[in-house]
Amino acid sequence: MKILVPVKRVVDYNVKVRVKSDHSGVELSGVKMAINPFDEISVEEAVRLKEAGIASEVIAVSCGAAVCQETLRTALAMGADRAILVETSAELQPLAVGKLLKAVAEREQPQLVICGKQAIDDDANQTGQILAALMGWGQATFASKLLVDKGTIRVTREVDGGLETLELPLPAVVTSDLRLNEPRYATLPNIMKAKKKPLDVIPAADLGVDIAPRLRHLQHAEPPARKAGVKVADVAELIEKLRHDAKVI
Amino acid sequence: MKVLVIAEHDNHKLAAATLNAISAAQQFGGEVQVLVAGCDCAAAVSEAGAVQGVAQVLSANAAHYRDQLVENLAALAAGLVRDEGFNAVLAGGSSFGKNLAPRLAALLDVAPVSDVVSIAAPGRYVRPIYAGNVMVSVESDEPMQVLTVRTTAFEAAAAGGNATLRELSPREDLGVSRLVGRELSKSERPELTAARIVVSGGRGLSSGEKYREVMEPLADRLGAALGASRAAVDAGFVPNDYQVGQTGKIVAPDLYVAVGISGAIQHLAGMKDSKVIVAINKDPDAPIFQVSDYGLVGDLFEMVPELVAGLAVQ
Repeated sequence: MKILVPVKRVVDYNVKVRVKSDHSGVELSGVKMAINPFDEISVEEAVRLKEAGIASEVIAVSCGAAVCQETLRTALAMGADRAILVETSAELQPLAVGKLLKAVAEREQPQLVICGKQAIDDDANQTGQILAALMGWGQATFASKLLVDKGTIRVTREVDGGLETLELPLPAVVTSDLRLNEPRYATLPNIMKAKKKPLDVIPAADLGVDIAPRLRHLQHAEPPARKAGVKVADVAELIEKLRHDAKVI
Repeated sequence: MKVLVIAEHDNHKLAAATLNAISAAQQFGGEVQVLVAGCDCAAAVSEAGAVQGVAQVLSANAAHYRDQLVENLAALAAGLVRDEGFNAVLAGGSSFGKNLAPRLAALLDVAPVSDVVSIAAPGRYVRPIYAGNVMVSVESDEPMQVLTVRTTAFEAAAAGGNATLRELSPREDLGVSRLVGRELSKSERPELTAARIVVSGGRGLSSGEKYREVMEPLADRLGAALGASRAAVDAGFVPNDYQVGQTGKIVAPDLYVAVGISGAIQHLAGMKDSKVIVAINKDPDAPIFQVSDYGLVGDLFEMVPELVAGLAVQ
């Protein structure tokens, strides 16, 4: 069974982002970038399935500029077998990414696609669902547990009320939630080995899909900051403030 | 302008998020219809019909809609949007809506917009990105607008409507995913995303047992919902549905009490729109104090019981 894992290059989760002074976007120059944490969990899950003898090959794929090769190398260092960069310098929105991934999935014929549930930059939480729809496959989003049994998967999902378990036929799309696994750190030997693993670059234009942005992102702004509060001396003062100043209890 | 809201329900009751989506839908200034697809869901249908501002409730009744599985639901909604010429489709930004809306949008070949917090006009929205650290205005010319709305940003629509009801014929069962089971937390406490007061515990609670011992009396005293930071959920103190944050639940209660929570950006993203924030933490430099209105530095194992006792005295 082949598993395809889409990975996105995003601003590292520890970075406090700043809006550009002209409000056209977020300052990215000189900012530390990393693999989207949810995609890292997806790579880990796929690699574990390979280690368990369930998957035969793990293919990482990223859509974007040439620098996304770094992100793919991270996935390779974690244990993916090979990587594909769908290269474009154009702005990509989730619907376009879904279409590019569909084209890749049609070439590679994976039985399973594991995506991160959301990217921590645009927080869209859309790509996996879009890909599943375009492929006409089932989807199990927000997965905290994944079991593969021949032609089906059993996925436990984190939903608002608790947990929900679904069974789906393969092929299918799964999106990873935080508690699916704890990703490994790539070791230095594996980082070195990853440099020799195959990484194909496909120009996005060769896939023949319409990737023009449908949405315009205009004004970026920082939300109004909360004004600094006060430290209270003790519990009695806290209760007094809550009752008489804030009047919330 | 015809606007469709996709109801989230358990065949008996509407989820609170649906009421927020209905009030957001009213901002489009058109006719609001609500789709209730389920099985033996008459109670949910009539509840939807009684929500203010709803013109019509469309119900589809079939066994394969009972469990709200997304493949059948998205196909039904996509057909409906196309056949009846809806201009916009909304769902609440719950796990249900987030699962459904992008799939529906892709079936319609339109770009969905997630987690909308304000609607300036049809096709003109504001939504948070980067864990709420940036707000971006988005414009869309898509012929069918598909969006999820952040529930805390829109009031719940009130009861008092009188919609017409129309039954739809169900579509064929696609037979894709199948529900194996659900483990839903049962609680007598208010729902986390709709509660007026939320008390949340973090890693500082040290164990699940201590979490219950310290936090439950406080929640009981305040009539509050219980929440948690990701650290507390990851450590297994409480189930996943307690998690407040960028990837958990977004809450904006009148009062949020953060106990033993340091205040990672990802947690703040889920609660910083609360009206009043109280933080109790032993570390005076914890980032949570930068967003809290009232900060109490000290040992939570002493402070919280003292707070519970103090609240009992009028």
